[in-house]
Amino acid sequence: MGASTSPSSVTGPIAEAERITKRYGETVALDGAHITIMPGETHALVGRNGAGKSTLVSILTGLQEPDEGEIRFAGRPAPRLSERNAWRERVACVYQKSTIIPELTVAENLYLNRHDHNGLRLVSWKSMWKKAADLLEAWSVDVDVRLPAKELGVEQRQFVEIARALSFGARFIILDEPTAQLDGAAIARLFDRMRAMREQGVTFLFISHHLQEIYEICDTVTVFRDARHILTAPVMELPRGDLVAAMTGEAAGLQERKARPSVPPDADVILDARGLTDGDLYTGVDLRVRAGEIVGLAGLGGSGKTELAETIAGLRAPREGTVEVAGRRPRAGSVPDSLAAGVGLVPRDRHHQGLIPLMSIADNTTMTVPERLGTAGLVSGRRRDDLAREMITNLAIKTPGPELPVNGLSGGNQQKVVMARALASDPRLLVLITPTAGVDVRSKEFLLAKVEEIAGKGTGVVIASDELDDLRLCDRVLVMFHGRVTTELAAGWHDHEMVAAMEGVELDA
Amino acid sequence: MPETTAAPAETGRPSPKGPGRSPSGLRLARLRDFALVPAIIAIAIVGQIVHPIFLQADNLINILQTMSEISLLVLAQALVLIVGKMDLSLESTFGLAPGVAAWLTVAVGTGSGLGLLSGFWAIPITLAVGVLVGVVNALFIVRFGLNGFIVTLGMLIVLRGLLTGISGGQTFFNLPESMTYLGSAMWFGVPASIWICLALFAVGVLVMGFTGFGRSLYAIGGNVDAAKAAGIRTDRVLWITLITASVLAAIGGLLLTGRLASVAAAQGDGAIFTVFAAAVIGGVSLNGGKGTVFGAFTGILLLYMIQNVLTLAGVPAQWIEALNGAIILTALALSRLTGGKTQE
Repeated sequence: MGASTSPSSVTGPIAEAERITKRYGETVALDGAHITIMPGETHALVGRNGAGKSTLVSILTGLQEPDEGEIRFAGRPAPRLSERNAWRERVACVYQKSTIIPELTVAENLYLNRHDHNGLRLVSWKSMWKKAADLLEAWSVDVDVRLPAKELGVEQRQFVEIARALSFGARFIILDEPTAQLDGAAIARLFDRMRAMREQGVTFLFISHHLQEIYEICDTVTVFRDARHILTAPVMELPRGDLVAAMTGEAAGLQERKARPSVPPDADVILDARGLTDGDLYTGVDLRVRAGEIVGLAGLGGSGKTELAETIAGLRAPREGTVEVAGRRPRAGSVPDSLAAGVGLVPRDRHHQGLIPLMSIADNTTMTVPERLGTAGLVSGRRRDDLAREMITNLAIKTPGPELPVNGLSGGNQQKVVMARALASDPRLLVLITPTAGVDVRSKEFLLAKVEEIAGKGTGVVIASDELDDLRLCDRVLVMFHGRVTTELAAGWHDHEMVAAMEGVELDA
Repeated sequence: MPETTAAPAETGRPSPKGPGRSPSGLRLARLRDFALVPAIIAIAIVGQIVHPIFLQADNLINILQTMSEISLLVLAQALVLIVGKMDLSLESTFGLAPGVAAWLTVAVGTGSGLGLLSGFWAIPITLAVGVLVGVVNALFIVRFGLNGFIVTLGMLIVLRGLLTGISGGQTFFNLPESMTYLGSAMWFGVPASIWICLALFAVGVLVMGFTGFGRSLYAIGGNVDAAKAAGIRTDRVLWITLITASVLAAIGGLLLTGRLASVAAAQGDGAIFTVFAAAVIGGVSLNGGKGTVFGAFTGILLLYMIQNVLTLAGVPAQWIEALNGAIILTALALSRLTGGKTQE
């Protein structure tokens, strides 16, 4: 291993990207963006989803080539894409998705495909264990190198990945949302380790959704928005409000919406959830939704909003707490029971949980209501198609007919099919999880208008999302942070308030 | 040894889950290889009680010889499973490879032999057929990215059909001496096939445990993307593994041919089930990335020892098959209980 370049000898930036443009078809992922990282600093890169952070990471680590622009390391142009080892000596990345092989030992994961060999050209396990142990000790990672990697926790696995990155000689490390899966204590330990490594001359590019972490660990922050570089500033000189404003964009003010009629306080309580707790996912959540009310559950990935919504819909069972829907208490974690109690669900990811791609629109939309399709368990094709046609009209799904497989539809129309399925059972409570993800603007407007229309007919609605547009139509929004409801905002909030609450920062701090 | 070097004197601020669990985890990891050894010892004791002949050298050699041919299929399958694929066609390669050799070398007049080539060519032909089958498998699975289960199922049927076709459904006799030698010779008082089998397993243990190539099989089976990211040429490793497996199957077929001095049209039929059972009992995961060559060896050894005990106990031959199945299920249940995790 050994450091190939001592960081102290570098005076200019350790890494810089200039005028980077990257297109995927018609989407512009990066539009003339730039970033400059000085040796020894811990540099934060922030931006909302789709700002271009991941694209920049894959370009900076040599996984993709930019369409335009230039990458330089320590003043010299980046190696060609095929020279993996040359890239690895310059920059290392700990991706969100683990690249550890669970069945192999920690030592072998560290030295995979570069084993030590003895005189007989056989793998020398002893010297490899020794080397691995030395490596981990040098970076104070306290892990037994002969343990299978699957026995490590998330935190230790990350440390092992960081150590492996360093063992290639790179002293510039990109951490892509390293704290997303860690609890508070583990995050503190990660930061301790990062500080110690910074003392030893390691430079970090730190990506996180949690702004208070940026203020805790980083020296400089760069903000990307809509594929462009917005600003770079020393963290200490940038008030939190300005940082949030840079991320959301000043121009996006409050959009005019028709005020929704307020829900009468004596309306029936459709959803009554009490004391919902499931380990670290979500803790002590109470939620009441009245007939005709739209309640938002906001929060970033890992805040627990998705899990909470899935619990309400019966997809998961909570450790503690109860869910009551329209006076009934469906068995925890039972989808059929929840359906019977009157819950309709638009699940998180239409590709995984929402649709069966090769089956027809008719089959997909009527999946939740087999009892309406015929008697004695038989399915009447005509009755199914009639029902499906009704829903195709109702939701304005663009299709020649109900027999088309859903994978032939556009994203927006697919999402309408998922919505149709949720509505087929005439739910008393409609739970939607990120209902407009990957959907074009027109379909998005249509879907959200539909939600309002349904609420107007007396259905209680819960929307779990981090899209501001989804949350804007809610009568009130509960914001979750690390598994707890931290803030409740009534309709009419400002974007800045909402983003700050989701990021867990105090605007006036 | 390195056990202590790995945990430096940092007990002041230990990581949350690590060091406390590591010693037991380590011991487990090392013991997993030998998980079947107690069972093998237990069967040996039972066998000795059932019949005093069990532990005598003749009987032990008999067990090793009867399992030597099929054990090469187990070795081949273990490699393929570890790299994360599956090869059902091994059992028909086991019959077809020596079958083709016999077809081409056996003189006209005996069975359906063509007598085109001299007996000298029998072994090279056997191995070449093995290579060819492996190449076809790899072409479909690696090059065209088809599912290994279905591809090799198709190959299994095709190859079996080919053997029936060339043999006319009959058995090849009067094989050239070169074909029968390895399966029937005695080296130092022990059948050559046992030596060959043990030697190939030893090579397997060495390659899988102590070469970069062997370790790359585990990496690919465990997480193919991570293996690619580490610079392993995954496609090349898959090609080599699939071809090696077919060649091992051909060698196994050659040994059986030698022992029986004939190639039956049905040679190898149904063997694949025992092969899978032995590999899985021996701790090789059907999901890839997990298991050892030594474990696979103990798996097939255990199955054949049990069979031998049953025979010695005078269980009627017509019942052995049913008992065999029951034993496989019991062994799987036991390894599930001792292994702790759901088996795939």
